[in-house]
Order: sequence, then structure tokens, then C-alpha cells
Amino acid sequence: MALCIDIERKLEDFAIELHIDTDCRRIGILGASGSGKSMTLKMIAGIERPARGIIQADGQVLFDSSKGVNLRPQKRSVGYLFQNYALFPAMTVEQNIGAGLRGKKEDMRKRTGEMIERFGLTGLEKRFPGELSGGQQQRTALARIMAYEPKVILLDEPYAALDMFLRDRLQQELLDMLKGYEGTVILVSHNRDEIYRFSEYLLVMERGKIKASGKSSDIFAKPGNITAARLTGCKNISKVRVLDRHHMEAVDFGLMLHTQREIPAGTEAIGFRAHEFVPVWGRRQENCLKVQIESLAELPFEKQYYLRAENGGGQEKREPVCWFVQKDRWRELEEKGIPDYLKFKEEAILFLDSMMSGL
Amino acid sequence: MFEILKELDWSPLYISLKTGIAATGVCFLLGLFAAEKVMRLTPVWRAIVDGVLTLPLVLPPTAAGFFLLLLFSKRRPLGIFLFERFDLKVVQTWLGCMIAATVIAFPLMYRNARAAFEQVDVNLIYAGRTLGMSEFQIFYRVVLPAARPGIISGTILTFARALGEYGATSMLAGNIPGKTGTVAQKIAMVIQDGDYANAGIWVMIVLLIAFAAVFFMNLAGETGIKRRKYW
Repeated sequence: MALCIDIERKLEDFAIELHIDTDCRRIGILGASGSGKSMTLKMIAGIERPARGIIQADGQVLFDSSKGVNLRPQKRSVGYLFQNYALFPAMTVEQNIGAGLRGKKEDMRKRTGEMIERFGLTGLEKRFPGELSGGQQQRTALARIMAYEPKVILLDEPYAALDMFLRDRLQQELLDMLKGYEGTVILVSHNRDEIYRFSEYLLVMERGKIKASGKSSDIFAKPGNITAARLTGCKNISKVRVLDRHHMEAVDFGLMLHTQREIPAGTEAIGFRAHEFVPVWGRRQENCLKVQIESLAELPFEKQYYLRAENGGGQEKREPVCWFVQKDRWRELEEKGIPDYLKFKEEAILFLDSMMSGL
Repeated sequence: MFEILKELDWSPLYISLKTGIAATGVCFLLGLFAAEKVMRLTPVWRAIVDGVLTLPLVLPPTAAGFFLLLLFSKRRPLGIFLFERFDLKVVQTWLGCMIAATVIAFPLMYRNARAAFEQVDVNLIYAGRTLGMSEFQIFYRVVLPAARPGIISGTILTFARALGEYGATSMLAGNIPGKTGTVAQKIAMVIQDGDYANAGIWVMIVLLIAFAAVFFMNLAGETGIKRRKYW
């Protein structure tokens, strides 16, 4: 197993209880801020200690409370890329990269040189971290980690501090730099794009618990529960009352839905991604929602409509229905005007179970 | 004026400098050591130990002198032990000067070092650990440089305080000219004699030394790591 984790630890307002077991080497953990993601990474790295459980990476036991094993972080061979990179301010790029190396001076210098070249830091060897750009700092931090060849690399929201443009570029850069790396990489983020781009195996985390896990593309296609749907970016979620195997009432949208697919047992809600609606002009069709525009946000390549469902459930606070339209369809909208109805494409309806916090 | 300077007995200056430098050296090492250890304590223990270590700063120096006398008097266990075992006398000796100055100045070093350590980003320490650096390496190569400005200012204050120590020194070491007579005690003595000219000279001397120390150590703090910006 590349990674096998089964740990518990109490935090201030919730407890972390994790079971992870996977052979994948590119793992993403998706969760809102404060869901216990960073704490999880710190426990894997040995910075924090779980109350009990076991952590195993690449067949090596890093922590096992039943056997009293708790390797020091120095012995774990786990690299940690901190959100702020944690470069040593009083050391040059070169010294930073060499900080964790041992052995003969000559070998160390050679290894440092290799890393500087590989991570495109040539010419910056004598600079201090304060004199580097954000991208250069990240490359230095990664070079420092890769220099001593850890078995696992942990990435803690590596782009959180960057602006959007840099973010896109650095994501790609990071993927490229990690391409040749054969160890396990765990990326923690609250950004679904980052996670999707990076990970083969995805864990969705909320309040210290795993809410969904599996192949990334599967989870985005079929989140399975409300938390996972929310975190993978699903904007429209409604409670449902299931009437029979093919009919249900979406309570928050005030709409009867008929599905060809059989509604799975235990379905308590549905999700519908904002760009999946089909606009309908003129006569009402099946699974159509009559809507009124509440507000519109115009982005460079996308229009985001926030709509009020006509008979949306009796609740006081009703979330608007979100409909996102890509640029290539603006033309149609301009010609025909705002559609009378939005149709729920049947195959795009996500069946969700167990109502969890947040709704 | 020059007449007085020509006939001046410079011994108080030597004694004060010797005391100041020695006390600063001891405080520097002990202060860093204590600050590092205190950082690793649990909050309750930290509060207790911190309180004890800071006491000399808030007590009147004469009260500290009183305790030191109790401790090191040749009629007391520790004093007897030191004398019989190592032939060391503390009371009425230069060693007493040094100990008094050290005890009084120590909290300045310790508190500044601790404040400087607290400012250090813990992620730097964690990063060091995950990179396989030993705790000593992390302290020496990461924490100390990152805490440098605070440590330097702590050292300056410690030196200045040790140099000017009066109350505890006069009680423990007394004012024996040429032996324990520091500048601070000399000034008090000549003023009691009404010799204001002499007192003025000594005041000028300590003023110069104190200012020079602060000035040069500030300069030393400027060089290195990163260019700092000011308001």
C-alpha cells in the first residue's frame, strides 16, 4: 500500500477520524478551511501526534500507537511543502536546498547543484528568500524537499497565497516538476480545480471525517453526498421527497422530477451543476423549472444567473438557483431572450444521500 | 579639568568593563539557554518558570542583593561550600560584582531572547524537522539567525544594565577601590564627598561607553539577512 492511515485525534470543536487506504500515488484531499486537512498532513509528517491509530507509508510504519511506534519527523522521510514555503530567511537559496543533506561536503554540493539546475534556479544561488518572487520561492522550497528524496511529499495549499495568474502557471509547473517523482504526493486544498488537475485519488473531508473517497473523476461525476457535491462545486442542491422509483419532488425548487433512471434507495437530495441546465423557450417540457432572474454576474467568459424558482419550497431562506452560461451560448440568449424555463437534464441529476451539515 | 584627568585612577572603569563584559557573556549563554527551554514547557510551567526568571527585573536591586548575600555569605552552606571546596569567595570580591551584575541583568537577556524566539515562524522549525535536521541544527542554524535582531537588542540592554549595576553590587561586593569599586559606585561615592567635577567626568565616561555600545550593536544588527524597511 502506498498509504494506509487509520487515526483519531480530538481537536477543539470536532474530532479527526480518518481511514485512508490507497495504492494511488497522487492523492488529493478536498475540504473547506478548518476541516482538519492541515492537521492530517501534520500528523503524517510527525509534527502533530494522533491520539491513537496507525500511519503507514510505502510499507513503512511511521506511527502505531498499539506498538508505541512514533517516528520523529526527522526519520519519516516525509517532505512538507508549507503554505508559506517556510524557507530559512537567513540562508541563501543554495544553503536552503542543502539544509537537510548529510554526508560528504562534495556530494552535498553536487546534489544541491543538480537541484538548482533542475528547478530552474540557476543564477539565484546566492539570493536570500526575501529577494525571490513567489514562484522562485516555491521552486526553492520544492527543490529543498526533493534534494533529500523523501518517500512522501505533502503539499499544504501550495497556491493559497498567490494571485490567479501565477496560480494557474504554478499549478502546471508543479505538476511538471513532480512528474518524474516516484513517491507518494498528497495535495491538500479547498480549490476543486487544483485538486482535480492534480489527483488521481480524491478524499473529501469535512469536520475531520472523510465524506467521500475514490477516483477523482468518479467523485466529480458522482459525489454521492451533499458535502462532496458542494466541495466539488455543485451549486444547486435540493432536498427531495421520493414518491416512487422514478418520481420525486425537489422540495427547494418546488418541482416534480421524473427520471428514466431508478432513483437509488436512500436518496435524500439531488444536486445539479450550474452549467448543465438546458434553456427552454415557449412550451413547458418535462422536468422544467419556471424561473425569474434575481441577479446576474457577468464574468469575462461566463454569465452567472441567479434565479428564483417559481414555487420553491416553503422555507424562509431560499437559495437562488444558479445557472452558468458559457460564452459560446450567449448568442442564442441574445436572440431569444431569457428562457421561460430551465430544464433539468436527466442524466446530469446527481443523487445524494444523507443530509449533512450545511443544508 | 585636565589636572583631574591626569591624576585620575582608572581602576573603576576597568572593573566596570570587566564586570559588564563577563556578566553579558554569562547572561547571553544562560539567557538563550533558558529561553529555549522555557519555550518547550507547558503553559502553566512556563508561567511559573518565567515568573521566577523575571523576578530580578522587578525586585529592587537591594532586595536581590539581600538574597545574594544570604546565599553566598561565608556563614551559609553555599558560601562555605564554595570557599572550602574551590577556594572561592563571593562576598566583597570581584566575583561578587560579576554575580550581582549577572543576576540583575539576566532577565533582560532572557526576556528579549524569548520574545525573539516567539516571533520565529514555527513552520521554519517544522520544516527543519521534516528535512531531517537535528534539533540543535535547527536551533543554531534556523532559530538563532531568525531571532537575531531581538537577541542583539537583548544583548545591548544586558550589557548596559550590567555596566551600570549599583544596588546589588554594593551589597554583595561592596565598594573596595581597585577591587570591587565600579564606576557606578565611584560616582555615588564622589558625590557623597561633594566632588562634582570628578563625578561629572565619570558620568561622561559611562555615557560614552553606553552610547557607543548601543550604536555599534545597532549597526551590527543592520547588516546581513534582509534589508529591513522602516516606517
